[in-house]
Amino acid sequence: MAAKTDERTDKQHLQRIGLIWLVVSLVAMALVYFWWGPHLPPGTDSVEAKGQQFDNRVLATIATPVFLFVWVYLLYVLVHWRVKSDTPVSELEDGPPVKGHRGFQATWMIVTSVTVFALFVFGTVELVQNAGAGTGSGQAPIWTPVGYKQNLNKTKLLVVQVIGQQWRWTFRYPQFGGVETSQLYMPSGQEVQFAVTSLDVIHSFWAVNLGIKADANPGVNNIAFGEATKNGLINIRCIELCGIWHGSMYANGHVVSLADFHTWITAQAATHRQLIPYLPPYANIYLPQADGGYYDPNTNPLPPPGPTPNPVPSVIQ
Amino acid sequence: MAIDTTPAPSVDESGSAPLHNTHDTKPWYTEGNLVYALIGAVLGYTIGHWFGNWLASGYQQIQGSGQNDYALVLGYLLATIGWLAGLGILNYPLMKMVGLHPSPDEDDGAKAHRPLRAYFTYTLDHKVVGVQYLVGMLFYFFTAGLFALAIRTELLSPTRHILPPGSYLTVVGEHGTMMMMMMTSVILGPFGNYFIPLMIGARRMAFPRLEALSFWITPAAFIVLLSGIIVGGFPTGWTGYAPLAVEATQGQDAYLVAFGLMGTSMIVGGFNIVVTVINYRAPGMTWTRVPIFTWAMLVTAMLMVLAAPVLVAGTYMSLLDRTVQTALFDVNHGGSSYLWQNLYWFFGHPEVYILALPGFGIALELLPVFGRKPLFGYRTAVAGMVGVGMLSFFVWQHHLFVSGMNPDMRPVVMLTTEMISIPTGIVYLVAVGTLWRAKLRITVPVLFILGMLFNFLIGGISGVFLSDVPTDAVAHGTFFVMAHFHYTIMGGLIFTFFGGIYYWLPKMTGRQLDQRLGRIHFWTLFIFFNSTFLPLFAVGELGMPRRVFEYEKTLQGLNMWVSISAYFIALSMLIFIYNFIKSTILDPKPIIPDDLWGSRGLEWMTENPVPENNFAHVPTVLSGPYEYGTGAGPMAVIGAVPVEAATSNEPVTHEGGS
Amino acid sequence: MSKSAKLAAVLVAFVLAVAAIASVWLYLIKYPQTAQAATSSSGEQQITMQTVGALGYGPHSTYVSYLVEQNGKWIHSTMLQVKANSDVHFTIYQYDSGSPLRNPFMDQVSGTTDGKEILNGQPVRIVNDYSDGGVGHTFAIPSMGVSVPMPGISSNAKNPCGTPAPCALSYDHNTVQFTIHVGAAGTYPWQCFVPCGLGYLIGNGGPMSTLGYMGGFLKVVA
Repeated sequence: MAAKTDERTDKQHLQRIGLIWLVVSLVAMALVYFWWGPHLPPGTDSVEAKGQQFDNRVLATIATPVFLFVWVYLLYVLVHWRVKSDTPVSELEDGPPVKGHRGFQATWMIVTSVTVFALFVFGTVELVQNAGAGTGSGQAPIWTPVGYKQNLNKTKLLVVQVIGQQWRWTFRYPQFGGVETSQLYMPSGQEVQFAVTSLDVIHSFWAVNLGIKADANPGVNNIAFGEATKNGLINIRCIELCGIWHGSMYANGHVVSLADFHTWITAQAATHRQLIPYLPPYANIYLPQADGGYYDPNTNPLPPPGPTPNPVPSVIQ
Repeated sequence: MAIDTTPAPSVDESGSAPLHNTHDTKPWYTEGNLVYALIGAVLGYTIGHWFGNWLASGYQQIQGSGQNDYALVLGYLLATIGWLAGLGILNYPLMKMVGLHPSPDEDDGAKAHRPLRAYFTYTLDHKVVGVQYLVGMLFYFFTAGLFALAIRTELLSPTRHILPPGSYLTVVGEHGTMMMMMMTSVILGPFGNYFIPLMIGARRMAFPRLEALSFWITPAAFIVLLSGIIVGGFPTGWTGYAPLAVEATQGQDAYLVAFGLMGTSMIVGGFNIVVTVINYRAPGMTWTRVPIFTWAMLVTAMLMVLAAPVLVAGTYMSLLDRTVQTALFDVNHGGSSYLWQNLYWFFGHPEVYILALPGFGIALELLPVFGRKPLFGYRTAVAGMVGVGMLSFFVWQHHLFVSGMNPDMRPVVMLTTEMISIPTGIVYLVAVGTLWRAKLRITVPVLFILGMLFNFLIGGISGVFLSDVPTDAVAHGTFFVMAHFHYTIMGGLIFTFFGGIYYWLPKMTGRQLDQRLGRIHFWTLFIFFNSTFLPLFAVGELGMPRRVFEYEKTLQGLNMWVSISAYFIALSMLIFIYNFIKSTILDPKPIIPDDLWGSRGLEWMTENPVPENNFAHVPTVLSGPYEYGTGAGPMAVIGAVPVEAATSNEPVTHEGGS
Repeated sequence: MSKSAKLAAVLVAFVLAVAAIASVWLYLIKYPQTAQAATSSSGEQQITMQTVGALGYGPHSTYVSYLVEQNGKWIHSTMLQVKANSDVHFTIYQYDSGSPLRNPFMDQVSGTTDGKEILNGQPVRIVNDYSDGGVGHTFAIPSMGVSVPMPGISSNAKNPCGTPAPCALSYDHNTVQFTIHVGAAGTYPWQCFVPCGLGYLIGNGGPMSTLGYMGGFLKVVA
């Protein structure tokens, strides 16, 4: 077998490998993009999730020929260019002493560099155009959706503060009197600004099927943007190890119609009417005092460190 | 290019290279040894613990919590010093500091047989240190693997909790820390220390004391880390994130001290390697003839020297926050929870390249030998290694894409991280070129290299999903990341580690591992490794975070499959352990290693067993190690080239097309 | 060494290794014992617990802790077992002093059958965590939406329980009673949400992070 394939020229080997690879790649890329693609995580429950799914599809499709090239080549090597492994050392034959090939190396470097750069451009475009693509973008995000304003009074977004603490999530709605709830409700088709913060250690808020992921750091207001597209459940998990009960730190919620959302939030505000005076005034971050509490409303109200929340309309346009 | 081939005086004359090699002649109790080391450790711990109690136990905070971190930390640190003192490591520096003259060495030249005792104590022969590292690293690897089995046992069911949640987190942390911390020197320790001087034609390392020190720190760090289990465990995993680390119980001190110790070991060991490779190359060993494995070790050692100090500083800060209650990581008092993340990942990202690069080095070192072809694109390969090393310092923010830290830097870091796939791709370029028309013998080492190429490809490409911010938004913090780094580190590094063992063990010990068992080991490991970690990509994307003991019921099937496959990985390791013990201890069949693989490498040109000074005379290097099929003669001549043989003492140079 | 001596040494090492691994594993999987809910004369399930300021014995004698009553005796455990699809009545004697809550959202009772707790005989829906006693501890099962705050004893209390647990009813305490409805079978983590001061600065280390003190499992069996 060794003698037969040695008669092929380099060009013939290259053509065979190239042909096999090309055919297999085209078939595989089509399968990945069209057949597997629509089922890739995280699904299509929100604009961000759709964007992330699209990115997964594109990257998986581009990755496919890379995988296949190495696999096809290695299989080809194993089929054509092996000798018996127990050949005595004295009988070993040497291969052709090729130390390099400018054309091949240059092509490889150019192709990898172009691919890398294209992926970078693609990723940046997806990140910038989708207002951070559902990721936590810090206290002053620079890629924001239309209608975003730091001032709660002027923003067109629904602001939901996500408070992480050891070991549960709670949510506050500053535009509805600062009511705090243990479930996350949001209207579909509405851009939401998640202001994620923590009261103690580093947590991370992941609304799995909405594709929103933002770390909750103490003393930091981490803002992420999301817009749900269909009604349904929201599945929330903590994805930064935060201590013993990290594994059971989850929450849930619902995406509902705008009318249902108003019904719900009004009911919550009514239920918690007596509780709200005990809650600290809404602020971007909450700094716990040494005694473990937040602050004493009777003696020493601390000014909240964030922008002063003005009275906001109770209805979002 | 005339090269002065007279041996350097410091290397050849006896009496001027003070190496302790009097083990045969002096009784064991007159020198440092393990018994004294254990006594020193216990004494040191007692003194440190007492001192910590005396310092701090009067404080209300300490009494209220019942937890005295001062005592524990000081206990660990003084235990380590006692351990090192008992081994005799401090004798030479202390005597020099005080102005005494350490005992004169008796350099008996080419003493080939090391007494068994030398392997259990502070020995300056780099080959002994290499074997010590090999046994140590295997021990740490299997211990950490046992913790992994405990994790997979817990994850068999989302509702039935075999381990209490605090213990589960400790087990996760022990597994991760032991693997990522203890095993940073998994290849540099055994193979780097053993083979770098042999590969470059040196007769010793530049700093043998530092080298031995770097090894002897590791058992101390190992014991300190394991003791974390009984002092309360630690809840932070191997990443030790700060506000949680500061509030954690005493096990966290064990984690921090152990990491600090290993950081020191990395700095010291890496420094030795860098200086040795730069200064101790034999005449004729130009930079273009240095084996690619040595280049990989050099870049790895540079990364260790530059990155590990940041880690040691970070662990020190965390210890300060825990003991003397500074507020470096506490946002209420001017600190920041971002600070630990930055310091840690500034080290942490070069750390994973410290783990990956040696794997590349072994893979590219072995392919020319078994393909009987020169290394394709040698200079490109070197450039790739150096490129990965340099670039690795500019990418650490990709661990922090969703943290809200410098979000406008994310496109830049996306670019630098994706750019790392260019030099990593160069490794594949060189492998592809070397395999072109090769005469490949599929021996056991080659199986592992091919397995590594397969696995690292999956690992590397999954890294692209993590480097792209929108796709990272799905995968960050989930089992996708876990699968990614297990594919790159276990599928890449550990596979080449085993490949290196099967390849080089005959040289190190004069015994060869059973090849049939080796093939069974490879295939079992390869099949069940992929069966374990491939589904984890899906598990992560479908919503399972890392380090959790509860998960969606729908993911139970996949998790059970993964856990059962993990038990089979353990089985493959048992096969290896059986093979190792049988072939080296119980039923060794001595072989002549130089006939085994047909390698041109300089490390195969020493006598067997390798004498203490490696080469009878300083070799003169005539050509590179990968000159297969070019008609070049042997790589080197042991000794100076006779004046009549070569024209004007010019070594035969092979300026290749790489 | 002869071959049989080497073999013996290897086997001894193997046995020692297995013993070491087994002992570490047995240490790691140790849970506190499980307390079954008592069944009262009317057929209701009843769990009685107390919270103390310092356990007074064991490896962490300074930790605050829950204790649970089993067959008339107090045991140091947080593992509770109840039957599925039924009501469970809790009585908790709170002997510890209190402090403000990290998140005053948990001032309110949630998840009980009537949305209230009976505090020293009076139905109460919201506890003021900045009052004199503050909140001593909470009993919360986050996955079930249950959260019950329990006020701490007053700072002017004349007779606080300081001795090793369990505390007797003669000491100052607050009694909290509530009923929850448990549904399907499963294992539900429960915890306290008051940072009790241990674990420098954030206060969630120490007993909050150790199973058996301030957190445990509610096992609902069919």
